[in-house]
Amino acid sequence: MTTAPEQERPIGFGRLKRKEDPRFIRGQGNYVDDIVLPGMLHGAILRSPVAHARIVSVDTSEAAAHPKVRAVITGADLEPLNLAWMPTLSSDTQSVLATDKVRFQGQEVAFVVADDRYAARDALELIRVEYDILDPVIDPHHALDEGAPVIRDDLEGKTDNHIFDWESGDADACDRVFAGADVVVIQDMVYPRVHPAPLETCGAVADYDQVTGKLTLYETTQAPHAHRTLYAIVAGIPEHKIRVISPDIGGGFGGKVGIYPGYVCAVVGSIVTGKPVKWVEDRSENLISTAFARDYHMTGEIAATSDGTILAVRTKVLADHGAHNGTAQPTKYPAGFFHVFTGSYDLQAAHCKVTGVYTNKAPGGVAYACSFRVTEAVYLVERMVDVLAAELDMDPAELRMRNLIQPDQFPYTTKTGWEYDSGDYPTTLRKALDLAGYEDLRREQAERRERRVRTSEASGGGPGVREPLMGIGVGFFTEAVGAGPRRHMDILGLGMADSSEVRVHPTGKAVVRLSVQTQGQGHETTFAQIVSEELGIPPEDIDVVHGDTDQTPFGLGTYGSRSTPVSGAAVAITSRKVRDKARSIAAGMLEVSADDLEWEKGRFFVKGDPDSARTIADIAMAAHGAADLPDGMEGSLEAITTYNPPNLTYPFGAYVCVVDIDPTTGETKVRRFVAVDDCGTRINPMIIEGQVHGGLADGVGMALMEIIDFDEFGNCLGGSFMDYLMPTAMEVPDWETDFTVTPSPHHPIGAKGVGESATVGSPPVIMNAVVDALSVHGVRHIDMPATPSKVWEAIHTATADER
Amino acid sequence: MDVTLSVNGIEYQRDVEPRMLLVHFLRDELGLTGTHWGCDTSNCGTCVVLIDGEPVKSCTTLAAMTVGHDVLTVEGLEQDGRLDPVQQGFMEEHGLQCGFCTPGMMLTARALLDANPDPSTDEIREAISGQLCRCTGYATIVRSIRWAAERGAGGNGAGPAAGDRTEAQEQEVGS
Amino acid sequence: MQVPAPFEYARATSLEHALELLAGHGEDARIIAGGHSLLPMMKLRLVRPELVIDINDCADLDHIVEDGDTLRIGALTRHAALLASDTIARLVPMITDAERVIADPVVRNRGTIGGSLCQADPGEDLSTVCDAMSSTVVIRGRDGERTVPMGDFHRGPYETAVEPDEILTEIRIPLRPGAGSAYEKVERRVGDWAIAAAGVAVWMRNGTIDDVGIGLTAVGLDDGLATAAQDAVRGREPDEDLYAEAGKLAAEQCDPVDDQRGSATYKRHLTAELTTRALRRAVERARAARTA
Repeated sequence: MTTAPEQERPIGFGRLKRKEDPRFIRGQGNYVDDIVLPGMLHGAILRSPVAHARIVSVDTSEAAAHPKVRAVITGADLEPLNLAWMPTLSSDTQSVLATDKVRFQGQEVAFVVADDRYAARDALELIRVEYDILDPVIDPHHALDEGAPVIRDDLEGKTDNHIFDWESGDADACDRVFAGADVVVIQDMVYPRVHPAPLETCGAVADYDQVTGKLTLYETTQAPHAHRTLYAIVAGIPEHKIRVISPDIGGGFGGKVGIYPGYVCAVVGSIVTGKPVKWVEDRSENLISTAFARDYHMTGEIAATSDGTILAVRTKVLADHGAHNGTAQPTKYPAGFFHVFTGSYDLQAAHCKVTGVYTNKAPGGVAYACSFRVTEAVYLVERMVDVLAAELDMDPAELRMRNLIQPDQFPYTTKTGWEYDSGDYPTTLRKALDLAGYEDLRREQAERRERRVRTSEASGGGPGVREPLMGIGVGFFTEAVGAGPRRHMDILGLGMADSSEVRVHPTGKAVVRLSVQTQGQGHETTFAQIVSEELGIPPEDIDVVHGDTDQTPFGLGTYGSRSTPVSGAAVAITSRKVRDKARSIAAGMLEVSADDLEWEKGRFFVKGDPDSARTIADIAMAAHGAADLPDGMEGSLEAITTYNPPNLTYPFGAYVCVVDIDPTTGETKVRRFVAVDDCGTRINPMIIEGQVHGGLADGVGMALMEIIDFDEFGNCLGGSFMDYLMPTAMEVPDWETDFTVTPSPHHPIGAKGVGESATVGSPPVIMNAVVDALSVHGVRHIDMPATPSKVWEAIHTATADER
Repeated sequence: MDVTLSVNGIEYQRDVEPRMLLVHFLRDELGLTGTHWGCDTSNCGTCVVLIDGEPVKSCTTLAAMTVGHDVLTVEGLEQDGRLDPVQQGFMEEHGLQCGFCTPGMMLTARALLDANPDPSTDEIREAISGQLCRCTGYATIVRSIRWAAERGAGGNGAGPAAGDRTEAQEQEVGS
Repeated sequence: MQVPAPFEYARATSLEHALELLAGHGEDARIIAGGHSLLPMMKLRLVRPELVIDINDCADLDHIVEDGDTLRIGALTRHAALLASDTIARLVPMITDAERVIADPVVRNRGTIGGSLCQADPGEDLSTVCDAMSSTVVIRGRDGERTVPMGDFHRGPYETAVEPDEILTEIRIPLRPGAGSAYEKVERRVGDWAIAAAGVAVWMRNGTIDDVGIGLTAVGLDDGLATAAQDAVRGREPDEDLYAEAGKLAAEQCDPVDDQRGSATYKRHLTAELTTRALRRAVERARAARTA
């Protein structure tokens, strides 16, 4: 169905309204909780109220006797089936339902299946669990203390809470450079635990057919194929008997990548009852038990010359992983892509060491648009650059401009082994500064500061000076996305390649089948646009199929902004294969050689004779028709590609943020946010802008209000939307965005991906602005979230954070 | 208990538990799954419907309490095959991504425009401040509602008006 | 989503009917009006009434009436109505200020002043407003009606003077000449409870503050009024030094705790700042009303 008159929409790249919108604006989306199957039952999970305890007993008899309850399952029931524990995406194990101990508040202990969702909730209250409370490990800095309680005593031989140590870069080179540097600055900083919190919580409908042995599993998953393979391995159901379907997903942001115990319980529930079982978590379950993000405790050091040449960056990190190592990232990278912390600068040396530890909290760490820890890396380096700028008394924009990697240095190999594909960083930074009116902003800030001093002197020690504190933050980020080459990147042994199929029907319409999974990014539009660009078929004539493992080729799914870099490449190459075949068929139709043909989007014609044109539709009909085809050619017009990317892609951007802080209340208002992004070739500017806007709002959230905190007993303090605060329309400005384009040289259409760029780039920029505002009070750093209380305390503390 | 509700102009009668929340009545009893739910504490607003023309969080009211009142859900916005200008605006201005907050946002927009046909962007932001979106960053939602405001109440089903904003042509090198 | 435990539902056709239903069930019954305080607690199963009595049809409880020297607000009056009311804005702008920052626009369509007062959350704004305005509340039982001053209405967090078989029906705010009022609140984000808030009402005469009410929100002030600050302000001519002094005294009298909203030190400071601002604005409004 066309959403606009034909001549108003692009055939190929450009601003195209979304093909998926018509169902959503009618409330006809099909999300997991919308799915109703005949005889369907409802599941609910009983969760541990305590952070660390031995399970003494679990009595489900009263629950089982409830007239509407069909099954009650515990860890003890799952154990003989080998299902009580399951592998995590980091090759650790996690309880499906607790057997020996509970290891975080909110951990799954029992699963009830009942006739309706209300009865299932009632039944939870009838289960009696006796806990023997143990001391919890909450502060990661004490996780490795001598005598600290051992959380993972389920792991053979485990005597501590250590998970891994990981390094990248050259420690010796760093030592030398730091030793000889004019200026060295050190700064502790925390990237607090936050949560992707998509508005749709996680859930599944499991439908196990006892007769055919086929499991159909509707799931909120960003990686349906990976899930299918993992269920086959874990549950022992043959892979060809599993069908995973991601219907419409109400936001993922990396929180819907892993396999959660609730999904497994739904599957078991269906097997046990012989009926479909729906399990959808409530919001508190989502916040306290599903994949959190970040929780990196970092110490950064930066070395420079006294005139502002950055020489080296090094960092030590303590990574709080929760009670199980459940991070989703490629196997060889336990700290994800954190080693991209060298940032956008030409350094002489770099080194990082990351230590991962267990604590009695929910597992996770990689989620919320982090691009596998790139959020942490960019935060580290962009805050360090600002701390250095303050130390040197140098303008932070100027400091960055002096040290950015130059265009002629690309492809650029960083000191930690990344090969950045392309970029013209100075142009992008200049553009952001111009759009922001940077010099005018600094002038305004200077005037305000002068006025503040005058007012303060004039009032002679009277009531607090009321002039708002204006802060300007600058940041530049380089992302590393599009994982990745299969020899370097796999998840649980599955290489990170993705596939696509393109088929043109006899009447010239087409279908493209993807292995990635949209959760709002607009794949039904953008991937049609890629095919459209290559084949000239109008986007409304191209059906995009995704989310059903029975209907799509294999791939690792959507996260880490990989859809466009990997699957987009696959689709482009597949479309070109189709075009190449179409050329041969057209040559046969026109009785010329293929070299004599010219291509003009949508049609081939004999060079110099436009009237001879044969459209893709003509060619498709001929392919399926009765006339002879060239020798050896089969009568169809389709192709399939599995794309193994040669490298990651490196979108980048320059951001400027202006904040105004009320010094008497500590309230921070984001006045302006300017974002100039470079994601290479732009498929749909409208969708790109939307992705950037969403990420910028994430930044405001993390910088000013989002945190999952715990008390000393391990009680989660961020378990509802009353406590886990996210921005509304009132807390964000009208975004100002622009772009530059430096295509990726190794990507078939030069596109780099953009989904997580703004989430990565914005938090340090906002914090740079906040610190800039507070610098008149001698504040050098303040950790996120910069709540009113924290800001006020920073202003009024006798000593600012000095380390 | 017997609950008879008027939803989108149609009377529905069901026998439900007194504790059934309006959102579940709409979704599970009536199959109108366009109204969503996303939290436990009345914060997210994905459950917003109009009751007697006013936005209400349907997760925080009982079906029983709604007897005798008129409910409008997202399914009721389209009339006789013609989309409400709010629905069109959201498509025109990319006011949705995952679509989960969208029904609630559109209904609040509808109620706002009924009361205030030419709201400022500040007024729009205030009107939707009880509803969260994790995808769009809100700017396109504001633009979508402004689009509908500019098209007026009579524009049901019409395409983009003349003088719609022009788009920049994409260049190979943007700088 | 979390859902309430089972209960029976009855819809009251009148106040008398509601009281009758209450009488039969006592502690096991709860009144529901807007439901935005009660239902969230019931969904978390912190509260499990056997019977929920819907009083939304009791239209006689929904009114805003300027009745001589008393402003009478029905307990069932919605936050949205209070916010939109010109009468309120003219007579008690502190209510308008508060309503602007109570919950969010959608919740305000349903939540009522009576519901908010009876929930008695320490972060609840209208309790502070009613304290500062020396309001009385009208409570009805089967035996009749009684009026209770706000000071006696508060019994502690989540506890009020309304007995299980009674219903709050009206809030009465005395109207005196020379009035000005304001409410100042800081929250972490729209819709959150206050980190701290101050509601100040003044009544001016001949250029001095004849009487004053200073209420605080969410900072542990047990009986609701910053009496030391009030005493310091009463009878004085307003100026910046007085505003600052009131703020200082209010901060000394409150007893905030460290929590996720902020440190106690910060909240104490905020109390001072917001009291100062609210007092300043209340005086400005009193002066403007006089010259209008």
